[in-house]
Amino acid sequence: MTATATSRLSHLADSPADLRTFLHGLPGVDKVGIEARAAALGTRSVKTTSKAQAIDLAIRMVDLTTLEGADTPGKVRALSAKALRPDPADPTCPPVAAVCVYPAMVPTAAAVLAGSGVHLASVATAFPSGQAPLEVKLADTRDAVAGGADEIDMVISRGAFLAGDYAKVFDEIVAVKEAAGPAHLKVILETGELATYDNVRRASWLAMLAGADFIKTSTGKVGVNATPPVTLLMLEAVRDFRERYGRQVGVKPAGGIRTTKDAIKYLVMINETCGDDWLSPDWFRFGASSLLNDLLMQRTKLTTGHYAGPDYFTLD
Amino acid sequence: MPLFDYAPAPESRSIVSLAPSYGLFIDGEFTEAKGTFKTINPADEEVLAEVALAAPEDVDRAVAAARRAFESWSALPGSERAKYLFRIARILQERAREFAVLESLDNGKPIKESRDVDLPLVAAHFFYYAGWADKLKYAGLGPDPRPLGVAGQVIPWNFPLLMLAWKIAPALATGNTVVLKPAETTPLSALFFADVCRQADLPPGVVNIVTGAGDTGRYLVEHPDVNKVAFTGSTEVGRQIARSVAGTGKKLTLELGGKAANIVFDDAPIDQAVEGIVNGIFFNQGHVCCAGSRLLVQESIASPLLEALKRRMSTLRVGDPLDKNTDIGAINSKAQLDRITELAGVGSDEGAERWSPPCELPDRGFWFAPTIFTGVTQAHRIAREEIFGPVLSVLTFRTPAEAVEKANNTPYGLSAGIWSDKGSRILAVADQLRAGVVWANTFNKFDPTSPFGGYKESGYGREGGRHGLEAYLA
Repeated sequence: MTATATSRLSHLADSPADLRTFLHGLPGVDKVGIEARAAALGTRSVKTTSKAQAIDLAIRMVDLTTLEGADTPGKVRALSAKALRPDPADPTCPPVAAVCVYPAMVPTAAAVLAGSGVHLASVATAFPSGQAPLEVKLADTRDAVAGGADEIDMVISRGAFLAGDYAKVFDEIVAVKEAAGPAHLKVILETGELATYDNVRRASWLAMLAGADFIKTSTGKVGVNATPPVTLLMLEAVRDFRERYGRQVGVKPAGGIRTTKDAIKYLVMINETCGDDWLSPDWFRFGASSLLNDLLMQRTKLTTGHYAGPDYFTLD
Repeated sequence: MPLFDYAPAPESRSIVSLAPSYGLFIDGEFTEAKGTFKTINPADEEVLAEVALAAPEDVDRAVAAARRAFESWSALPGSERAKYLFRIARILQERAREFAVLESLDNGKPIKESRDVDLPLVAAHFFYYAGWADKLKYAGLGPDPRPLGVAGQVIPWNFPLLMLAWKIAPALATGNTVVLKPAETTPLSALFFADVCRQADLPPGVVNIVTGAGDTGRYLVEHPDVNKVAFTGSTEVGRQIARSVAGTGKKLTLELGGKAANIVFDDAPIDQAVEGIVNGIFFNQGHVCCAGSRLLVQESIASPLLEALKRRMSTLRVGDPLDKNTDIGAINSKAQLDRITELAGVGSDEGAERWSPPCELPDRGFWFAPTIFTGVTQAHRIAREEIFGPVLSVLTFRTPAEAVEKANNTPYGLSAGIWSDKGSRILAVADQLRAGVVWANTFNKFDPTSPFGGYKESGYGREGGRHGLEAYLA
């Protein structure tokens, strides 16, 4: 980031009023228009060689996730093993980008993933609600990093955001970023609770201004999770942010993406909104669990010419 | 080499079986004519079929057939006529893929548009007017509105089947019979529609299709036994028709050219405005009479908006109309390509700055890269004349009043667009624009329930909606 851009950023953070003015000065979003654009991009026809290429890229972008109260070390070990070798029958199948678990499960996953190149992400900051004192959130974050997580998926305080207290949200992100240390910080906006596209754009910029390495749509724990128009809007935000401040931020839609067809629609969206620079697991992730098996099924179909039943793909 | 390219995804053309030649559809039968002409695929200049060239005596036969059919057709209860129209609409839906491929072959438009825009609108139009057929008494046109008789209809090549639907659906719903002449370069979908009429058991003579060039059209509109003339096409031809029809007592509607202003205010939703600009001028290769061919952008956001527009234009895919990922297809004819090339040349000569994204155009066929001209003023020819191609002229303004003044400073008045997040501004500006259709935060949206038509040299009369009935009733 250039020196002037940085000073402008810190200036914004110093004054809640300036921050508010800045966020409310961002161009509005027309609901009908953005939904139509996302739907139009969804009609791209991706076949044969492009499809094979897209499936492998999508597999490499998966944050294989389990975030259940019922998670056990055994379940997490199985998931981590699958992350390393998604298709045991086919060594050419690439590993996924990361495994994503609760902080308590981080050491278990770390033991399997160590040295593999597959990242270990942990949700933190009182996921999924974010309704906890800052100290608790920071301790949560530090624990996860200490346990071996190199990526932290934090949630913003939607309550503070909707109350208009942008400075509080900003300061929390800055504090979590500091607590996360070297770990990559993904900031979950929980777009389903922000309700309007204008809010999603503001929250995206707010998170990026505060230092997010990634912006992520959802926890997967509310009624509305990642949608194509919301992801499109966030892709526009990271594109515009880099143009303005020179820093690249990644995007992670999460929740509700289950099929190869859907995943490819997202790749098309990146391709035609941000271009090649974001077509990499370093800059785009799918937060998903069941998506991986559908990708594997389609991948096998392309290589063998026929569909294999679900029992040919591993659980978890 | 891009990281993620789309492999070719061509829609199969095997669903369309083309005969080597087609006759005229008169009185429910295909009949021969003396002359013929060829219709080609503008994407590769391959001949698709030979089509009959209707001579005056052929048009006489068609009008006579329509006259004979009128007596019983107009006497049918509206609910009976509606049944035929519903049937036609359903058949068109069933055969939508065939018609979409055919339309893309003959016209050059991308399959995604013929499939997702043209065909759904065509069916919707027939469904909509089918609903009116038994409710004409309640259309606000008097207690017992009567059909006019035989309608002579001449349609253009930019939306061949959709323009046919706009003409035929209201005419039949109101009890008129029809002689329709499709455009010389795009006759095929109308001839396939004739087959739909037979499939629907439409009584012979209710719909007649005569193919040919300008002379056939002129003979049809000047025919003494035609009661109603409906024309969509160029302002120049529209003027000739108005002259020839004057004083004859024929009812006339004209839907002519346009040079629509697409006005972007500084508080517009930028990304959606860019989409709207692209859709406004590059939809259907810009072969749209209501295309947003003049972009009026507030000077304070002109430079970021143009950057965003150029970035977006760089993702447009020009090429094979039958490829499902094609955004911009072929220019419809050599003659049209020459006109676009000439006017774009004039733009450069007059000092406007020309830009196109890098794109490879096929060797054969008629192609023109999407183009924008910046630094255009009201004095430039490309700001005044209809180009009817993928060429956008960009002008700037400072205040809303100046935007309105510039938008209205054209002999045309078919459509306009306004982009702003402020509802009050949209209403205030829309109120002052002299255009038949004003779109707010969208562009090129069509619906059978919405009347469409122009001010000034863009023509008169309305098509679509309840208003569209008026043109066919007395």
